[in-house]
Amino acid sequence: MEQVRIGNGCGFWGDNLDAPLILAERGRLDYLTLEYLAELTMSILALQRQRDPQAGFATDFLDVLERLCPILRAQPNLKVITNAGGMNPAGCAAKARALLDRAGLSDRRIATVSGDDLLPCIDQLLAEGHPLANLDTGQPLADVRARLVSANVYLGAGPIVAALRQGAAVVITGRVADASLTLAPAMYEFGWAEDDWDRLAAGTIAGHIIECGAQATGGLWCNWQEAPDLGDVGYPIAAIDRDGTFRITKPPGTGGAVNCETVAEQLLYEVGDPSAYLTPDVSADFTSVRLSQEGPETVRVEGARGRPAPDRYKVSIAYRDGFTASGTLVIFGPDAPAKARRCGEMILQRLRRAGIELEQSNLECLGAGDCVPGVIPAAVAPPEVVLRISVRDSRRGAVERFARELAPLVTSGPPGVTGYTTGRPSVREVFAYWPALIDRTIVTPRVEVC
Amino acid sequence: MTAGETIRLSDIAHGRSGDKGNHANIGVLAYTPAGYDWLRRHLTAEVVARYFAPLRPSRVDRYEAPNLLALNFILYDVLAGGASRSLRADSQGKTYALALLQMTIDRPENYAAMLRPGGNRHE
Repeated sequence: MEQVRIGNGCGFWGDNLDAPLILAERGRLDYLTLEYLAELTMSILALQRQRDPQAGFATDFLDVLERLCPILRAQPNLKVITNAGGMNPAGCAAKARALLDRAGLSDRRIATVSGDDLLPCIDQLLAEGHPLANLDTGQPLADVRARLVSANVYLGAGPIVAALRQGAAVVITGRVADASLTLAPAMYEFGWAEDDWDRLAAGTIAGHIIECGAQATGGLWCNWQEAPDLGDVGYPIAAIDRDGTFRITKPPGTGGAVNCETVAEQLLYEVGDPSAYLTPDVSADFTSVRLSQEGPETVRVEGARGRPAPDRYKVSIAYRDGFTASGTLVIFGPDAPAKARRCGEMILQRLRRAGIELEQSNLECLGAGDCVPGVIPAAVAPPEVVLRISVRDSRRGAVERFARELAPLVTSGPPGVTGYTTGRPSVREVFAYWPALIDRTIVTPRVEVC
Repeated sequence: MTAGETIRLSDIAHGRSGDKGNHANIGVLAYTPAGYDWLRRHLTAEVVARYFAPLRPSRVDRYEAPNLLALNFILYDVLAGGASRSLRADSQGKTYALALLQMTIDRPENYAAMLRPGGNRHE
């Protein structure tokens, strides 16, 4: 194979359910990747698994896989790589196995990649002197140990390559660096070495560009009005050559746009130092690549340079941090922003009257520039605003009481208060994010085929 | 061209923003090399920190990506706790690039060389 075509049909859990099918049907793919795990998705999945040992993975994937079966039958060489396994790759694989068997695809092997979950051995790690200190604050993990919900290493491409070598047609992983989902099939197909830093950087950069789905193909593009039919946006494909040169494109006949602007914007998305984008596989230099428009919907990316991978893995840790709820009311009429703020204050005042001083609260007048508070003032007085009031507190009861305090304002506040139709705000648990690093040597990725 | 005239940053650049924990990143990409030259000289970390002062960044770092005619800014501690903890509607800094692109700037002398070839419809 001189070129491998990898399409990413899902950028997060909650992304469009038809996109992977359209991409697989029309994209002439060798690999379909599906990315489900945002930073805090793992904590939600961890709690699900606590309640039900069979749960703890991204269930959307099974719906997608079921609908993919006819396409997998028609395209026997198409492989699927996903991090949908979340906190329970084996549980996800068992369900996927049954599903493929029912569809007459029992010949397709499924592999799981695990070993990313550090929670079972967290006390041992702390005792052995791995502080897992917060990367931002330096605080030692011991401070929040009692409240930990999940702790997962970002694994790299290596174990996925191993799974492909064992003949897997579907690879289901736990926490893996997003870009590794794309790099792995390129490494496997071309036999790139684990220290071929420039090639590894190329595959990583391709993965970074496509990992958020349609954000590479017209989604979020500043000149989005020029993208034909964004409503029918096609999801991105990285067509990677053996030497690491690759093209970003999308299935023919789909909407959206692929040009140097869409690709360059996405290259910088959620990036720190662009000359050293760190993954478990490589330190990729985004400033090394040259972009050029090769066809109407094709951008060529070449010249990628990389440096050795960091000697520590990144760990994504989540801990319980109280409860939150957020509700909205529509406030109409003259001086709507000022009136909205008074309404919000009344809600907090009534809570204080009930003996509840919330640890944290926030009032926003959406429509009056509060999306970026204080930076962009409203140009004219808006005829109405949305009052958004949000609270956080370590006591669930306090947040529940807050959730009951919005409705009364419809009759006991100023005139022009409306929009209370979605019911009481729901109370949910807060999981705070704790980034840390750990030595590679203590982590053992596991690959199992079923 | 009259002295004192102003334009928007969006006339010469586009961008995209997102979150990194409690920090936001904003990529700002010039439409032309002349525009990139202007960005490098004028859109300093200090200017961006001042613009976003109401969000109280603890620090702003700026990186250069000349191959993309782009600057990347990291605004530290501006998300009121980040995606999980923040009580804001925009807990992930998704809107910050568009906010920055609304910045009013003095119209540069070689402004015509900075405009997007083929025009710009996103105003």
